[in-house]
Amino acid sequence: MAVMNIREAINKTLMDEMERDSNIIVLGEDVVGGAGTAGGQEAIGGIWGTTPGLFAKFGADRVIDTPISESAIIGAAAGAALAGKRPVAELMFADFVGVSLDQLWNQMAKFRYMFGGKTTCPAVVRLIYGAGMNAAAQHSQSVYAMLTSMPGLKVVLPATPADAKGLLTEALRGDDPVMFFEHKALYGVKGEVPDGEHRQRFGEARMVREGGDVTVVTCGRMVGFGEKAADKLAAEGIGVDLIDLRTTSPLDEEAILDSVEATGRLVVVDESPPRCSLAADIAAIVASKAFTSLKAPPAMITGPHSPIPFARELERAWVPSPQKIEDAVRQLLAFR
Amino acid sequence: MQLSREELVGAYRRMAIIRQFEERLHEEIKTGEIAGFTHLYCGQEAAAVGVCDHLTTEDLIVSTHRGHGHCIAKGCDVKGMMKEIYGRRDGLCKGRGGSMHIADLSVGMLGANGIVGAGAPQAVGAAIAAKLDGKGRVAIAFSGDGACNQGTTFEAMNLAVVVKAPAIFVFENNHYSEHTGVDYAVGTNKDIASRAEAFGMKAWRANGCDYFDTYETMRDLLEYVRAGNGPAAIELDTERFYGHFEGDPQRYRAKGELDRLREERDCLKAFRARVGEAKLLDLQLLDDVDAEVAQLIEEATSEARAAPPPDPAHVAEDVYVDY
Repeated sequence: MAVMNIREAINKTLMDEMERDSNIIVLGEDVVGGAGTAGGQEAIGGIWGTTPGLFAKFGADRVIDTPISESAIIGAAAGAALAGKRPVAELMFADFVGVSLDQLWNQMAKFRYMFGGKTTCPAVVRLIYGAGMNAAAQHSQSVYAMLTSMPGLKVVLPATPADAKGLLTEALRGDDPVMFFEHKALYGVKGEVPDGEHRQRFGEARMVREGGDVTVVTCGRMVGFGEKAADKLAAEGIGVDLIDLRTTSPLDEEAILDSVEATGRLVVVDESPPRCSLAADIAAIVASKAFTSLKAPPAMITGPHSPIPFARELERAWVPSPQKIEDAVRQLLAFR
Repeated sequence: MQLSREELVGAYRRMAIIRQFEERLHEEIKTGEIAGFTHLYCGQEAAAVGVCDHLTTEDLIVSTHRGHGHCIAKGCDVKGMMKEIYGRRDGLCKGRGGSMHIADLSVGMLGANGIVGAGAPQAVGAAIAAKLDGKGRVAIAFSGDGACNQGTTFEAMNLAVVVKAPAIFVFENNHYSEHTGVDYAVGTNKDIASRAEAFGMKAWRANGCDYFDTYETMRDLLEYVRAGNGPAAIELDTERFYGHFEGDPQRYRAKGELDRLREERDCLKAFRARVGEAKLLDLQLLDDVDAEVAQLIEEATSEARAAPPPDPAHVAEDVYVDY
């Protein structure tokens, strides 16, 4: 197995899949980077470094630099998908989802149902999300819960290079619209990636650690935070069942409920504000479906109900941390 | 004029179907049997038919809030549409979409839309797909004078020019966006085609109440787009006989305005006058078409009324292909 980081895994997967399927096209702001300027046709290859080389290999018809027009990008992806292509649209920052929301929410998400099941919309939208780069309120949000709430969209959040490959491949082979969330602070995370074809089924959570005392549910960047906390707690003899959801729609309810039924304690870690969040959703599922297993009220670790701040100290205070997870686990164990 | 007798009768037939389909809906809605909001296209028939008569099922269109006419002109099954509007199980969209969301991808009709201005970017995407396939297909965005004020339409026009996609922006200016007049809502010179020109594409203008003017202008436009010149636009000056939605009392209309429109700007009357004066067709032939269409609409309506409703057990099906 090759070792690569998430950025490289995404680039390699796009490369391989575009090679395999000529219907796949990539579009977004600066995915080529430099189109039409004196500096050449592929000056950047995407500001996140995920799309270099695609233009050189597949050309301007399949790798399309767009103007800064999020509604047009997502709308064009929707229309191209209806017309038989497999577009991969990039939203450079997931926060911009607001600019293009109609095309995701009222259009892509609803085509299949609204048109009586007679169509598919195989579009993948790559959304670069998350805090950790002091990018402040409009460039740091984790809007996966909002999109998870929309029937018709699938929501995917890889936390490892292997999953980045497996989940993106699955997204590109499937026929539903997929919101593929890439955490901007995870691009450099390295790991082994299976060679050859590797598909990771959606709705199948990963049990990262098995401990048996407390269930900690995470996704995206929070998986790593959960691992740090679990390591610390293990040293104290506290065993954590650490779950990486991989996808929030579909959600692997079974993995969560099975674990909570065994541990009786739930911590959900969610990099977003608390109200109507993924944390609230999972806590509600567990409270309604596994109530009698619970030995303590579910704990929700999220940001505060505020926008994400700029200053280092403030952003650190906003984002959930391994320490907060540890504290929550200890509190649950002390609950009586 | 190069249209054959057969083509002329066909064009009239399609316009007559739209007209009678909608006049019938206008009556049926009063019975309370049809749920929801219905936006009638009546009066604009020459626009939809004049545009779509040039297209094959391989060409793609996205439609508007007022989509029945585009659906019929593009070849959607009329009985399936009626069942859909009645919310029936065997409706074109299984009773899930209703009047505002009729689609039939098998004839290149990518959907009517409940959101004003949402279709234009989708047409650009479809045009990008068409360009990639290299088979000379085009994608058409029908938009009204309401949608011409939405940012999505502007974004779509710019993107289409940038990527040189075979996208065609058809602006049907029926002078009202919902209840607000075009003189108020469209700023500066009121000329929508000039907005398209400002984005760097060639734009045409035609009388959307005149089938022949629309058809001939579209022929020039399509020749230009299919030759690989990138996107183009056309503004069609047309009329809407009914309100924004059924039940709209149209108090914003000037006194006598509707009577005058029915008298002077009825595209079916104009068509009959034109072919009669030029002795292109015997008008009796068109009367026969009217009678035949009336039979079709009667059947479509009674079949829709009698058709079974959807089973509530299927309420959450077809959200995903695979979940």
